[in-house]
Amino acid sequence: MSSAFLVLDDGRIFEGTSWAATGKTFGEAVFQTGMTGYQETLTDPSYHKQVVVMTAPHIGNTGVNDADNESAKIWVAGFVVRNPSSLTSNWRAQNDLEAELIKQGIVGIQGVDTRAITRHLRDRGAMRVGIFSGLDLTREEMVVEVRKAEAMAGAYLVKDVSTTTNYVVPAIGTKKFTVAALDLGIKAATPRALAERGVEVHVMPFDSTVEQIMATNPDGVFLSNGPGDPSTMTEVIEVVRELLLAEVPIFGICFGHQILGRALGFETYKLQFGHRGINQPVIDKNTGKVEITAHNHGFAVKAPTDQEFSTVFGRGEVTHTCLNDGVVEGLQLLDRAAFSVQYHPEAAAGPHDASYLFDRFVDLMAKKVRA
Amino acid sequence: MGLDTSIKSVLVIGSGPIVIGQACEFDYSGTQACRVLRAEGIRVILVNSNPATIMTDPEFADATYIEPITPEIIERIIAHEKPDAVLATLGGQTALNAAIGLYERGTLKKYGVRLIGADVDAIQRGENRELFRAIVEKVGGESAKSMICHTMDEILAAVVELNYPVVVRPSFTMGGLGSGIAFDEDELRQIAGAGLRHSPTSEVLLEESILGWKEYELEVMRDRKDNVVIVCSIENLDPMGVHTGDSITVAPAMTLTDVEYQKLRDLSMDIIREVGVDTGGCNIQFAVNPKNGRIIVIEMNPRVSRSSALASKATGFPIAKIATKLAIGYTLDEIQNDITKVTPASFEPTLDYVVVKMPRFAFEKFADADPRLTTTMKSVV
Repeated sequence: MSSAFLVLDDGRIFEGTSWAATGKTFGEAVFQTGMTGYQETLTDPSYHKQVVVMTAPHIGNTGVNDADNESAKIWVAGFVVRNPSSLTSNWRAQNDLEAELIKQGIVGIQGVDTRAITRHLRDRGAMRVGIFSGLDLTREEMVVEVRKAEAMAGAYLVKDVSTTTNYVVPAIGTKKFTVAALDLGIKAATPRALAERGVEVHVMPFDSTVEQIMATNPDGVFLSNGPGDPSTMTEVIEVVRELLLAEVPIFGICFGHQILGRALGFETYKLQFGHRGINQPVIDKNTGKVEITAHNHGFAVKAPTDQEFSTVFGRGEVTHTCLNDGVVEGLQLLDRAAFSVQYHPEAAAGPHDASYLFDRFVDLMAKKVRA
Repeated sequence: MGLDTSIKSVLVIGSGPIVIGQACEFDYSGTQACRVLRAEGIRVILVNSNPATIMTDPEFADATYIEPITPEIIERIIAHEKPDAVLATLGGQTALNAAIGLYERGTLKKYGVRLIGADVDAIQRGENRELFRAIVEKVGGESAKSMICHTMDEILAAVVELNYPVVVRPSFTMGGLGSGIAFDEDELRQIAGAGLRHSPTSEVLLEESILGWKEYELEVMRDRKDNVVIVCSIENLDPMGVHTGDSITVAPAMTLTDVEYQKLRDLSMDIIREVGVDTGGCNIQFAVNPKNGRIIVIEMNPRVSRSSALASKATGFPIAKIATKLAIGYTLDEIQNDITKVTPASFEPTLDYVVVKMPRFAFEKFADADPRLTTTMKSVV
């Protein structure tokens, strides 16, 4: 094993050993606190151009399998672990994690103090990072390379992850509704959750026009999760505004929630170190109930949490906030059928506490059809 | 929701002497309970037969009774002290059995005292194997194939169907007392005979063997607003067949994918709701077939358990303290997280380390004991 270096934008360098593919890679350094679900994290398109630091110390214990992929490939730009498992112990495993990372050319590093890296990112905020292994570069040269990499603020990444053609995920059982899902980086678990509720999902490219969306004759429109800065999504935000005017029921999650927020006229901002994990407590302000939820967001919507607000589409309210830091986690319009959450009701990885939100979307469509 | 102000005084039932299967963890949890109650201005009446625990030091309760933990004695204490409520979920199986005894004698009704933490129905649903089995089935889980027996004849008839090896589990005992795995009729007669004697209801359960399966436990907390959190998952290094108290155990679970872990989490939440543990903690145990992932729900403890102590230490989430606060009316989102001091207790701890518990044995002190590890707990710590 040769040495490898994790080099941060601010000049801090962690030395470890080379793991997975060797070479160099760059991205935004983020930490992920889930104790399970590394395979779902790796294949989640929202992690495009991010170097993910796992806070759980043992990674790879359960290998990888075909069933748990959230998309067709690994998206993370780099993978940072403390102590990869030297053997795979799970009846569903089809491959060893390191072998899979090598196969897909993902550069990793192991044996670094992931707790120290996490603390550093928590204190200083998310920043650019590079992993270098098997290269003959000085420390200064590595830092210079990292500083030349693209920053996440202002990044327009949806084009890299979105589907280029429409595809249909059929309803399971009797088909009740049709939903057009704008793919901004969609995970496999989302169409699956809708399909389980009798919804036929038309997954569409992110740059679909209102006409193309309406051509699927949808009962509702879904806005998916995805990577990048929501403020760069001008065209999609315009499409959402037109859909709101057309009174099509809308449900957005994560990036889709930020886009709905911007369509309603709110600002989005970058959190210092984001929420990435599967143990985030969120309170439903209307019921007072707490859900433990899966999060993966570096940006958030700025909206008033203490009172109703008014928008050009009528009245609305913040429905959910994070109990840890008060960040807005859910929005809904009161005069139109549109709502969104910042977190991941489809889980994968993560708890299923918020799966009722898909039922809520189905109910909204049912009401609309009856009306 | 806040503190339930109708509770002005609480009788806390302790766990009695330290024995194998029930050690200092319940002194810890009971002491935590007394501290929390007193800090809330509630009068604490304590009964514990163990003068050697710190819990019976005068400063932990307003009135301390060092008396046998039997329903008869506790009834006399209730008659004298007239507490508003009884808290029995932090004193191990001894306290829980005493609470059931108080209910059965009609003491609770007679003096208008309510059980807080878990009510009698919930305790029965969690502990009675037939009721619990029905609950597991209702929430879509699976139990091991089994049969309840009250006599040796019934036992010998049942084993014809279940085959050897067969697991023997007496009802309402602690530390797996009187339970074991029988590989032939001689062993069955010996183990099940003892089980019938140890069980207060003369009831044993014979069960299909899941020897060698992976063993997991989840520590669950619920409040009266129906918020549920999983505090910790624990994986046993020693498989099914070795009592959890004797196993090397690891937190968090190490060899489950998220899909599999979430199945255990969903089942745990459905089970605690269906059993009806309204406030406080419980512990749910699972066996997973290492070849195909088939999940069997083994059992639940509708109370703070030995594993709760490990889970508290492993995560920093003070289960006994929070269970007490939940019992007197607070909800998880109203209780502060002791580690961060700024975020609420309604969260699921995430660990960036791995905790390993090693059992300690003292077979040198028990010359006649069989040192082979079985489903009866033999470690001293």
